[in-house]
Amino acid sequence: MPAEIHTREARGPAAPLHPRSGAAGDDPRQKKKRAGRGAVSIAGEKVIEALIRLCGISAIIFVFSIFFFVFREAVPLFFEKPKAQTQEQAAAVERHADDHRPAHKVFSLKEFLFSKEWYPTSQSNVRFGVLALIVGTLSVTVLAMVIAVPFGLGAAVFVSEFCGGKVKETLKIVIELLAAIPSVVWGFIGLTVMNPIIQNLFNAPIGLNVLNGAILLALMSVPIMVSIGEDSLKAVPDSFREAGIALGATRWQLVYRVLIPAAKNGLLAAVLLGVGRAVGETMAVLMATGHAVNIPDSIFDPVRTLTATIAAELGEASEGSQHYRVLFLIGVLLFSITAVVNLTADMAIRGIKRK
Amino acid sequence: MFVETPFVRKKHRRELLAKCVFGLMAGAMVVPLIMIVSYLVYQGAPLISWEFLTTNPVGGMRRGGIWSALLGTIWLVGVSLLIAAPIGVLAAVYLNEYAKDNWFNRVINLAVINLAGVPSIVHALFGLGAFVLFAGIGRSVLAASLTLAIMTLPVIIASTREALASVPRSFREACWNVGATRWQTIRSIVLPNSISGILTGVILQVSRAAGETAPIMFTGAVFFRNIEAGNLFAYSLKEQCMALSMHLYTVTTQVTGAPKPLPYAIAVVLLATVLLVNATAIVLRVYLRSRKKW
Repeated sequence: MPAEIHTREARGPAAPLHPRSGAAGDDPRQKKKRAGRGAVSIAGEKVIEALIRLCGISAIIFVFSIFFFVFREAVPLFFEKPKAQTQEQAAAVERHADDHRPAHKVFSLKEFLFSKEWYPTSQSNVRFGVLALIVGTLSVTVLAMVIAVPFGLGAAVFVSEFCGGKVKETLKIVIELLAAIPSVVWGFIGLTVMNPIIQNLFNAPIGLNVLNGAILLALMSVPIMVSIGEDSLKAVPDSFREAGIALGATRWQLVYRVLIPAAKNGLLAAVLLGVGRAVGETMAVLMATGHAVNIPDSIFDPVRTLTATIAAELGEASEGSQHYRVLFLIGVLLFSITAVVNLTADMAIRGIKRK
Repeated sequence: MFVETPFVRKKHRRELLAKCVFGLMAGAMVVPLIMIVSYLVYQGAPLISWEFLTTNPVGGMRRGGIWSALLGTIWLVGVSLLIAAPIGVLAAVYLNEYAKDNWFNRVINLAVINLAGVPSIVHALFGLGAFVLFAGIGRSVLAASLTLAIMTLPVIIASTREALASVPRSFREACWNVGATRWQTIRSIVLPNSISGILTGVILQVSRAAGETAPIMFTGAVFFRNIEAGNLFAYSLKEQCMALSMHLYTVTTQVTGAPKPLPYAIAVVLLATVLLVNATAIVLRVYLRSRKKW
């Protein structure tokens, strides 16, 4: 096949060059530049290359500065002597001076992680326990994955193995559009559409609950599962498929005996990236999970997640207060969770590539 | 000779069953997309008009249009694009053209993956801590756009890298052989040949930035601001602005007594913007693939 050169100067039927014979050979700009390169242009190139290198490491800079700046706002929690923010709190401190529960006590990491009492704006006894919020995030995420994993991986198998041509293209476009719907629109759908549906269908007292948020999160995380899952199935060498077909296996036998075992790392990565997406999602769960700090007993209980708490309360917490810093500490917690999930997913993907 | 034994029949029945089940799972994604879009359009359509788009909200955001929010989104997206596009494209050039396969560049790759996975609300905290407070920019269009830019950077990096990687190595080798330097090769061969792929990435960045709410909530978006209707430059970098996504959130959760179609209409405008932008990217990609000859 003659390779047609795709630059503006050398296109058209008159220029079917052999790829090895030099793409730039006919490019007049190249010749001119070679003729005389001044010191300015050489220096310019040095500057541009330095700029490219700087941009190349920008991702590292940004990730570190995200961690640094979020941590920086949280860290005084551990060193600062707590002050009463308002007069009422100051009064409460005096009132409680005799018993051993001051209104504004020293922050303890143990309480933060293992207490389910989240009363950040209490007048008499402020408590910052995020256990209920962690359980809220976990319950919504786990249920979302229970819904999303079969659908996401099933769709990935279908797109990769069972359909071709037009159907495949259409499905991929649908998946892409589904991924593009903004999270606030999902939240709005949860609030206005799913809320009455869940109430009527399951006779639940409130439609804004774990189930509602989980369905939204499932729909939001399915696209990434499908695309990563499909990629990893595609990465299985065709010789595996050919060998299976030669033995008389049907597509389905091929999928569950050969392809799924061969692509299991990539499929795991797809699920993990879906989990990462679900844990970090903010607006949809803020609007659809009912916003009650609560350890849920059933999937019809309202909960509140870590992300939703930050979104809802940061606007009200006064700058530099203990409450404000605790919200940043929740941010550090979220950052760490998603970092671990994403890096594990990357390791899984890397595992298949090396094979 | 092919003999249909019970074993073979069972095998084919299972095959058909599997195909149907997987097909239904894939179809389960098409249905909600169509249902959601058509329901929102059905509910919101009566309100949408040219006037709705070009007048400011009035009466505590219960009446009037969405001009100030629409313009705010355009500003945020525009400014974040101006920041993210050059950095993202150059970063992708570095990763694809300069980087060797060593530990340092693996760290960069991990950083890009990590950056893509940071929750949007953590980006909001970062924007607040770094730009609003530390850099002293204050809550403004600029601070919100910077936050959005960093958040959407991985989108541009990923698709630009893909576009650059699809340019055959022989093109580069040919260019080096006639004496061009690395940067000359990139500028006159690699970038022109991957421009459509880069554009796709930029377009996807726009769609992502337009839909985000959490990162701008605390860095520059406000519930309400009255601006001159029809003036495209009614905002400035140093001021706070409204945004469509934020406006939808406000009208749904904070404003009581808004007419029922209003939030639907806002959702439709937001969704239409994002989906149209995405559709442009898809069309561009299909066109690009049909033209590609190597």
